[in-house]
Parts: sequence; C-alpha cells; structure tokens
Amino acid sequence: MTDLTKLTLAEARDGLAKGDYTSVELTEAHLKSMDAHRNLNAYITETPEKAIEMAKASDAKRAKGEAGKMEGLPIAVKDLFCTEGVQTTAASHILEGFKPEYESTVTSKLFDNGAVMLGKANLDEFAMGSSNTSSYYGNVINPWKDKTGKDLVPGGSSGGSAAAVAANMALAATGTDTGGSIRQPASYCGIVGMKPTYGRCSRWGIVAFASSLDQAGPMTKTVRDAAIMLGSMAGHDAKDSTSAPMAVPDFEAALSGDIRGMKIGIPKEYRVDGMPEEISKLWDEGVAMLRDAGAEVVDVTLPHTKYALGTYYIVAPAEASSNLARYDGLRYGQRVMDEGDSLDDMYMKSRAAGFGKEVQRRIMIGTYVLSAGYYDAYYNKALKVRRRIYEDFATAFGTVDAILAPTAPSAAFAIGENEGDPVKMYLNDVFTVPASLAGLPGLSLPTGLSSEGLPLGLQLIGKPFDEETVLRVGGVLESAANFTAKPAGQEG
Amino acid sequence: MTYVIEGSTGPWEIVVGLEVHCQVVSNSKLFSGASTTFGNEANSNVSLVDAAMPGMLPVINEECVRQAVKTGLGLKAKINKESVFSRKNYFYADLPQGYQISQFDKPIVGKGTIILDMPDGSTKSVGIERLHLEQDAGKSMHDQDPKYSHIDLNRSGVALMEIVSDPDIRSPEEAGAYLTKLRAIVRYLGTCDGNMNEGSMRCDANVSVRRPGEPFGTRCEIKNVNSIRFVMQAIEIEAKRQVEVIEGGGEIIQQTRLFDQRLGETRAMRSKEMAHDYRYFPDPDLLPLVFDDAFVSEIEKTLPELPDEKKARFMRENGLSAYDAGVLVAEKEKADYYEVVAKGRDGKLAANWVITNLFGALNKAEVGIADSPVSAENLGKLIDLISNDTISGRIAKDVFEIMIETGGDPEKIVEEKGLKQITDTGAIESAIDEVIAANPDKVQEIRDGKEKMLGWFVGQVMKGTGGKANPGMVNKLLRDKILG
Repeated sequence: MTDLTKLTLAEARDGLAKGDYTSVELTEAHLKSMDAHRNLNAYITETPEKAIEMAKASDAKRAKGEAGKMEGLPIAVKDLFCTEGVQTTAASHILEGFKPEYESTVTSKLFDNGAVMLGKANLDEFAMGSSNTSSYYGNVINPWKDKTGKDLVPGGSSGGSAAAVAANMALAATGTDTGGSIRQPASYCGIVGMKPTYGRCSRWGIVAFASSLDQAGPMTKTVRDAAIMLGSMAGHDAKDSTSAPMAVPDFEAALSGDIRGMKIGIPKEYRVDGMPEEISKLWDEGVAMLRDAGAEVVDVTLPHTKYALGTYYIVAPAEASSNLARYDGLRYGQRVMDEGDSLDDMYMKSRAAGFGKEVQRRIMIGTYVLSAGYYDAYYNKALKVRRRIYEDFATAFGTVDAILAPTAPSAAFAIGENEGDPVKMYLNDVFTVPASLAGLPGLSLPTGLSSEGLPLGLQLIGKPFDEETVLRVGGVLESAANFTAKPAGQEG
Repeated sequence: MTYVIEGSTGPWEIVVGLEVHCQVVSNSKLFSGASTTFGNEANSNVSLVDAAMPGMLPVINEECVRQAVKTGLGLKAKINKESVFSRKNYFYADLPQGYQISQFDKPIVGKGTIILDMPDGSTKSVGIERLHLEQDAGKSMHDQDPKYSHIDLNRSGVALMEIVSDPDIRSPEEAGAYLTKLRAIVRYLGTCDGNMNEGSMRCDANVSVRRPGEPFGTRCEIKNVNSIRFVMQAIEIEAKRQVEVIEGGGEIIQQTRLFDQRLGETRAMRSKEMAHDYRYFPDPDLLPLVFDDAFVSEIEKTLPELPDEKKARFMRENGLSAYDAGVLVAEKEKADYYEVVAKGRDGKLAANWVITNLFGALNKAEVGIADSPVSAENLGKLIDLISNDTISGRIAKDVFEIMIETGGDPEKIVEEKGLKQITDTGAIESAIDEVIAANPDKVQEIRDGKEKMLGWFVGQVMKGTGGKANPGMVNKLLRDKILG
C-alpha cells in the first residue's frame, strides 16, 4: 500500500472519493508520522483522539453521500486559531492551558467541509518571528538539512505548520501571515503557502497580532492543494468587520495552466544590495519559465519598497501593543500574583512571566511609537508610507496581472544564527512585507534549491481579491519548475 | 444678570465646559450582541467580545449609530457621514480589552447648539463641540470581599454618547440649565433615559476662572458628578477654590479633581487615577463608519417635536409666557400632560392649573408627573366644571385637594360631596334674607353710603351656603335687596 502521508491534498481527496482508503486510515497514517517526527516539535498540542473521532464521523458522512470539499482530509491547525475545547496557546506561556469555548470561523469552515484536525501546530509566540524560535513550547526544527546537517529553522511564524506539511505530518495546514508568516516558512520548508487578500478569510477567533495585517491562509504541498483549501477557508463573516462581503470563487477552476498573454511585473526595487547570487538566479529562472509559458514579462517600479520594512515594524508592533493588552492575567491564562499585590503588581508580574522576550520587545516598540510626542513621527508617518506602498502596487497593477519576486532573501538558516540581532532577523521579511502592508494576495512556491541543497521559493503577488490569477500563474510556474526535492526521509 | 465671584481683589468670571456621557438606549451593546438591561445579575450580560476573549472582534451595532445621529440632529449639529473609531489604551481591571473603543479626531457628530431656558425666562445659546460614540467600561466593586475587588462586566461595552460643550457656560445656574435641557432633549428623542442616579447620564465639568474680559484661565476637570445639583455645587466650590488659590499668589495646575459632596470640596485625584498617555490610534478591527444622506434623512423623519419647537408652539398657539412654556416643555411627560389638559380648553387657564396647582402639589409630595394621582383627563374635567359654572374657582381648589388625595374623578367628587354651585335664585335669596335679618345695623350702614360693606355680606352668604352659592349671583341679589 502506498504511503498515505506522501499524497497531496488533491490526491487524498480523490482517493477517498474512489474509496481507495478511509479517512480513518489516512488520519492514522499521519498520526504515525507525527509520532515518528516528534523531534521536529511541529505540534504544540496533538489531538489524536479527536482526529480519529473526526475521521470516523467523516467516513460516516461520506457513506451517507454528504462529503464536503475537504472531507476526511487530516490537517494541522496553527495554534493561533481558537479551537473549541482544545488548548490554544499562540505559543505563549501566558495562554498555557487556555481552552476556548468557541471555534474560529476559518477552522469552523474547514471542519464543516469535512477536514480532520490532527493537532495544533507550533509557531512563533503570538506569531511574532521569522524563525519559530520564539515559541514558549520550544523551537521547531526544519525537516530539511544543509550539508553540515545542523538543525535549521523552519521560518516563521507558521513554522510548525510548514514543518508538519514538509515532513508529511499533515496533508496541509492552516497558517496566518502578518508580514510573511505563511510565505517565508513555506519557502524555507519547500512547500506552497498562500496569503490571501486581506479580508478574504475571517479573522474571528484567530488570536490577533496586528489586526490590519493578519490574514489566514493555506500551507500545502502543491498550488492545487492551496486552491482547494483556500476555497474552504475563505468567505465573508459578519463577525469580522474587515472581512470582505464577496463571493468565494472556485479557486481550483482557476488553474487553467494557461497564462499566455498575461503580463508579469518584475519590481526592480526588490533587487536589493547584497542579494545572494543564488536568489537572483532563482528569480531569473522564474522569469524565464513564465516567459516560456507565454507570459509577457515587464519591469515595474515600486518606489517605496525600501520603506516597507520600517513601516511594517512600526504598524505591526503598534497594533500588537494594544491587541496584547487583554492578556492581563485576569480572566484567562496565566496569572502571577503574590499575597498583598496590587492590580498593577499583578499586571506586571503576569505579563513579565507570560510573554517572551520578542513579544515584550514588540509591545515596547509599539507602545513607544504610539506615545504622545512620537505618534506623528512614527505611527502617523508609517500610515502615510503604507498608503504610498499600496499606491505603488495599484499603479503597477494598472499594467501587469501579477508580480514575481523572491519570497525570502535566503534559504533556511541555522537555529540560533540571527538570535542576537533582531534587526537582521527582521530582514527575513523584506520581500513579504510590502504585499502585507498593501493587503494583497501572495503565493510562495518552491522553484529551486540553494547550493546547500535547501529549498528556495518565489513569490507571486496579485491584485486585491484576484487570488485566481495568482494561483493560475503559480500553477504554471510550479509545473515548469518541477520541484520534486524532498527533505531526507520524505523522498517519494 | 452676570454671575461673578467676588474675590478680595475684585470680581471673577467663571468659565465652564461640560462633558456629558449619555448611555445610549439600545437593546444590545455598541460592538456586541449582549443585552444592556440594567440591574441584572453581575456578569450575566457578557459576550465573548465584552470579556475580550482572544480572537474576538467588535462589530458595530447600527441601532447605536442611529441613536447617535438622532441625538446629533436633536442638537442641531453637523452629522459627519464618515467617522472613525479609535482605541484609547489603558490598563484597568474593569476594562477587559485593555483599551476603550472610542472616537478621537473624527467623531460622528460635530458642532451643534443647545438653547438654555433660564429661570427668569431668558434664553442663552451654548455651543456643542462634538458628540462621539464609545464603549462603557465594566464596574469595579471594592466592597464584596475583604481581600479582592470584584468586577461586573454587564456594563462593559454598552454604548455611550459623549457630548462635549464649548466653554460657553458662565454660572452654576447655566450649567444646571444646560444639563436639564440636554436631558430633556435626549429624553424627547428616546436616545438616553437621562437617569443620572442610575449612571445612565454622567457629567464631567471643566472649570476655570478669569477676570472679566481676560483670556481663559487654566482649567481643572471635575470627574463623574452624578446629579445636576451636585454639578452646580461642584462648579461653585471649585471656582471659589481657584479664586482663593490665585488671589493667594498661587497658580492653578491643570488636573483632574473629584467632588466630595459630603465634605463640600473638590480634591485632586491620586496621580494613578490621572490622565495617562492613552496612545489613541484608529481601531484596525473596524472600518471607518460611513453612511449616506439617505440614512440621515430616514432618521430625520423619525424626529419628534423637540422642547424648543414645542415651547414656541405653546407660546404661539396657547398664548403662554416664555416662562410657563419653558416649564411645561422641560420634561416631555409634563408637556404631554399639559397638552391633554389644554385640548379644547383655555390654554392659559390649563397652564395655570398644571403649573401652579398640579406641579406645586407634586413637588410638595416629591412625586414625578408619571406618578401624578391626578390624571390629565380629570384635571381637564375640573377645569370644565369651573368653565360651565358647576363649581366656583374656590370650590375647585377644594376638589383638587381631594383629587390629589384620592385620585378621584372631579365630577363624582362634586356630586358626592354636594359641592355643586347654587344657582337657584330662591335658595340664594333665602340665604341673603337670613343675613340681612340678622344684621339690620350693617344694612343701614350700606344704605348710608358705606357700599364697601357689601363685601362683608357676600362673605357671610357664601359662608352660609358652604361656599357653593354662585358669587356673581350673590353679589347682584344683595345689591338689589339692600340698595334696591
């Protein structure tokens, strides 16, 4: 019998439909893989019993002819999505033991469509990070190894989701992307990750990091899988005022394989100083593949790109500093208090003990940029620049259908490598942040290997709510790149 | 009539601006579906959003927006078709989110006006700077447990309208008139119940003093005063304190103060309770609040007649004085009552009865118009009994006393007590004859030219008939009989 964990989401869907195997079998195979790869620390909470129970229910549903679009497919859920009755930590000590009494809209939709939850995937604490080294529950290890064989980061913040999919511990996973948290780990782990347009998926029930940027999306093995899964995650939600009241297209149907006559933009500002040769080469190869497929490749300019990272690191911490104020030790999560302590003592002790260093750093940055006397110089200016960045894209999309760029400036790096230097760590987001600030859909897919044999991703950025074009071009690029490499032990 | 504080160095003028928080009348909270019912068991009206559970998001309650626009229209104010909700960040136990969703630089309602009706019948216009929507906080209870404070989140997230006046108020009386009028307007509109004792209307007062004609002085804000009377007291006490400080060579420091009604003083709040850096920024969970002209005009159609218009109509149609009309429209229930009494009757007479007799009696009994033992219908009937000569004005006052006591129907009271006016000439003549027969000397005095003595005879006859004789007839018959 074939190894069920090596199937793509689409293959498993079709196999289940044909009756080649059951959801219980598919789920058990993945639970076994989770046992085998526990050293990667991809999950904070595994839910094997719930998974089997859901799989059984799914098989029963299928037997009655009521199969949904994700029927019986086992997935990992980033531990930023609130899941009813299942511990939801956001990888933070402050939420340890917190079991929501509600289910996030996105996971509700996935489960309504038949998806089976294997567990809650590890991440950077409160989704703040690019290496998954800020989780209170330990680092996630990238299933890929470089030539030295040392442990590499999976990227972040959706590092557990990316590692779980790359190591076949889940057919797919949910991620969230605030400044690149889906796309960058997808690139580091050699999988596909899509951040949809801001407003495409409901944020209700997702632990908030930066509300104007956070967006849920699929992390999968193929572009088709991303299209399938996105279709089950997306849709207007009256409970999220920023969710777009728009119909959900048939994303899979957009994968026509035909991009002839399409215009693809290459933003010259992304060719940053010191870009590694292999990243430039990867990008050039991507350009050639799209051209060969009949697309017209043109240069575009996004002049405010160089301000994007600075803007992001003002806007996101500002929102985070306010969003995280609710973790005060009062109503849920960790409380640290000694006899006779005042309310302020309790706040300080609970938050000092509950939040890790990176979260504390961002709360302090955010508090600072919103302070009287600094608001105009930082936050207000950042909002203005953000507007310019959006306008840059809008202008570019006046002439092109999609934009192609690298996802990240490097391949996965060793755990601990950038730890002492937060600014260097923040540079990992340099190519993903602009699309986040502009609220645009972005898709990362693996198209080549580094000299160290590590996966490298390219990113397609599309017009607002035009995920279909992004997926279509992504599908073509995926076929042309024919990226078949797998981490050691996962070779097909 | 200018209000001044006489200091040791001369007169001081006071400058006051008021910030009033009005709880919006709505079934559910500003950003959640939880109930707003007052007085429920602690923490029973709390949704996941109000408790700020992780991942919860606010969704604007359109009814609260409608109420704010309606109030803005009632204040003759500019309605901003685009406004923005911002977060006001601070930590407190009764603020689960760690921020209050409010409106900062882009409120839903801009400049407007309130016309004050002063006790002397004059009016004064006070500018409204803005009205904005915001969430209320929960309630901290420090008396439930020896060691811990308890928190009730029932109020957390309830919609408030903060209505900010321009610094146009110049006396405690004007502050009182402002609050009375504002309360009347929101009650007429049905956008706030205006109950200060239940906390659904709360007032902060910004007070400063200056020598007449000079620029504004430094102000102090007196927080959370919970009755109109206390606001007036607090302003006076604070203004006098400021004058004393300045005349004593000191300087006013801008600060937040509390009014202690028992000690009759204001005092600075502890530094921890004072204004923080609230780090306002636009709430990224909410889009700008945008509506069109049609939305506003739909609401405009539902506006009731407001106090100023009603007052003008009472003056125009019923010939009332500005003072009487002002008293009647001060509360919608009073105006409604009056309109029932006045319908088809002499408007001025009706106003006299309602204001002098009814309001007088209600005030004495400390009863509101809603609980008046005398219904408007019955008071109308009483006036009819006077107009059709069934009873005299004097008897009517007795009947009214009985109505206040028993709530009875005046026609029945008159019937049962036999208070009908005697208009039968024979009965009155015999009463007169009796008085004449008993007082021949006094009759002679009148006949000798002391006509004033006739009044004494009228009194005696009225006394003899228990006040029921028609005074006009008594007068005429006496005159006929004595002076022939």
